[in-house]
Amino acid sequence: MSATGINWFKYSSPQALYPLAGRMIPWFAAVAVGLIAVGLYVGFFVAPTDVTQGDAYRIIFVHVPAAWMSMFLYVIMAIWAGIGLGLNARPSFMMAQAIAPTGAMFTFLALFTGSMWGKPTWGAWWVWDARLTSELILLFQYIGIILLRSSIDDLRRADRASAVLALVGVINVPIIYFSVRWWNTLHQGASVTITAAPTMAGTMVTAMLVMMLGFWMYSFAVTLARMRCVIVERERQPSWGKPASIPDVAEAR
Amino acid sequence: MQWGSVAEFFAMGGYGLYVWPSFGVAALCMGGEILAVWRRHAAALASHDEL
Repeated sequence: MSATGINWFKYSSPQALYPLAGRMIPWFAAVAVGLIAVGLYVGFFVAPTDVTQGDAYRIIFVHVPAAWMSMFLYVIMAIWAGIGLGLNARPSFMMAQAIAPTGAMFTFLALFTGSMWGKPTWGAWWVWDARLTSELILLFQYIGIILLRSSIDDLRRADRASAVLALVGVINVPIIYFSVRWWNTLHQGASVTITAAPTMAGTMVTAMLVMMLGFWMYSFAVTLARMRCVIVERERQPSWGKPASIPDVAEAR
Repeated sequence: MQWGSVAEFFAMGGYGLYVWPSFGVAALCMGGEILAVWRRHAAALASHDEL
């Protein structure tokens, strides 16, 4: 019980999470649509043509946010998996389960759009560079976690096994991030870092950051929606279909 | 704005063949994911109601 008088623990039950997520999804979705629309507008109509790369550089407005999301989502999934293992908390495992497909989707997008950028800029669709290879391994990790879960019938064992796999694999995220510094890669270094001023025009950075925020909001909306699927699939309750208020279900517990 | 015409915009300075598939596939992936989650939710509710 917190000092504010709100019992936060009641939101940690699937019965309370289901309607709460249902109410949050439209807001995240609306903000995502708005941000992505603004990001695309700035990216295509305000940001200037790059001097060296021409207009091919505009691919980064989808490539960089997708690549960032692929790594962020992996870390968040691993954190939920760790909490699940530590506290033996069912909703945490469900959250990890809900995040994995979205993470895999963004990893695929990062690889695909990177390839579309690489062909005109480097002259190759693919090179076995440290950044590209470690990102490809991330895709295999996501797929492995999803397949491992679906291959175990006992839900509790599936939760634990996929959580361990997710936690062990988190080592790849810093490898992906620092690969451009640790090895002499064809992939360029970071253009935007926390410690230094961006090495890009202001409007380009704006478009990229707005797109990333939009992808964040999209990820919140879609993983919460998948969380609701997982809850219905895993928990038996008489009335998922009909709307229920949070106090009602909290009382019913 | 640097585009003189609609055709110029779609040509993307000669890189349209690379730029548009990138954004198109991104839109397809994200739209497809939303559709998949939507259908999964409906299917889960339907099979739940049968219990």
